[in-house]
Amino acid sequence: MSRLANPNRFQKLSRRVLPWAAGLAGLCLLAGLGLGLFFSPGDYQQGESVRIMYVHVPAAWMALGVYTLIALASGLFLVWKYPLADIVARAAAPLGAGFTLLTLVTGSLWGKPTWGTWWVWDARLTSVLILFFLYLGYIALQNAFDDGARGAKSAAVLALIGFVNVPIIKWSVEWWHTLHQPASVIRLDGPSIHVSMLAPLLLMAAGFAAFFTALLLIRVRSALLARKIRALRLVQAAADPHIRGR
Amino acid sequence: MSEIENFLAMDGHGAFVWPAYGFAFLVLGVLLLWSLRELRSHERSLHKLRPQDPDAA
Amino acid sequence: MTRKRRRLVFVLSGLTALGLAALLILSALEENLVFFYSPSDLQTKTIGAEERIRIGGLVEEESLTRSSDGLEVNFRVTDLRTSLAVRYRGLLPDLFREGQGIVAEGHLQADGVFLASEVLAKHDETYMPPEVARALKKSGHWQEDPPEESEAE
Repeated sequence: MSRLANPNRFQKLSRRVLPWAAGLAGLCLLAGLGLGLFFSPGDYQQGESVRIMYVHVPAAWMALGVYTLIALASGLFLVWKYPLADIVARAAAPLGAGFTLLTLVTGSLWGKPTWGTWWVWDARLTSVLILFFLYLGYIALQNAFDDGARGAKSAAVLALIGFVNVPIIKWSVEWWHTLHQPASVIRLDGPSIHVSMLAPLLLMAAGFAAFFTALLLIRVRSALLARKIRALRLVQAAADPHIRGR
Repeated sequence: MSEIENFLAMDGHGAFVWPAYGFAFLVLGVLLLWSLRELRSHERSLHKLRPQDPDAA
Repeated sequence: MTRKRRRLVFVLSGLTALGLAALLILSALEENLVFFYSPSDLQTKTIGAEERIRIGGLVEEESLTRSSDGLEVNFRVTDLRTSLAVRYRGLLPDLFREGQGIVAEGHLQADGVFLASEVLAKHDETYMPPEVARALKKSGHWQEDPPEESEAE
């Protein structure tokens, strides 16, 4: 862990991983789209609207996974003060917010034809909406302070507090009567999805995960460059007699 | 009805399926383009500050 | 090292306290977090005459009747232990049929009939192509999932 926390080593590794992640994302998303839209059957109950699942479920998994990553990185940052942990969490947040928004919108588009409503305030839907606001709050808090270190610290605390919401989302459908159905893929007695639908779902999920990985590497690289630029500007300003003289 | 029309209609659920896929690729596309633009602009700024830097484009 | 350890202990104990607090709040809110009641829940609960509630369960087989103008439906919602008569006027979701899980919002009338103002279909977690569903039914391997109501309790 501490080996990876070194920005230079991270950059070296990231440069090697990025093309693979990007390639895998493209391949899986294309294959998943092909299977999901053309070569998979409709559902015996939902008909063709089952295809919305192939974007909704991977987006929901990513929304939860990315938040978990942010909480983990925030914990590392608070305890061990790895600057890279803060940079990773900060770079992941807008991606997670995007996935959560996607989950909400595609879920709504599936709910209308299946349930007969765009939205209900049941425990699952409400807790996912809270997740979206947690992402927004986290991003806002990161940028709310002039003192970057204070912003990073308070945002990390918020990320950790908000983590209680993640198990609530996951198990809301089992703890309470909700309109949303329980889990189909990750369950003790094996998936309750026919293999012809499970294949495109898993391909899309792999595609989403690889896409996130590639984008995260790009964004971390970008943040490390920004840090370097800030440092260089400070050095230049200190060396510049016009500025120093003021 | 032709085969393509049939496919687009999605058995009456086209109005829900296509917006879902459209929105998905809109969100993924915006995140991708935004992240790439940010990286490019930082690479250019670094190049201006220190052209010999290996990280600068 | 000791400062790091202190911070670690602080973060972990903070998280534990938070988790416990969340657990307590959630169990206190139990009533409000439940999206619908099952017919059995209603037997033990007292509900005001005009109180709007949601009930959920399966549409009982062979209980569905439509009025002559086709707009009003009467059916019974069951959790396989008790059932409740429901009356509804309006548009039904496509998935609505006998044996299907539904959630209805409305109020319980004095005559014991639930007058619904909205009926939503509840989808289960099974996904399969129609041919597979047909084949399973034909070969007698079709398993009706027990309704969640009985699992949740």
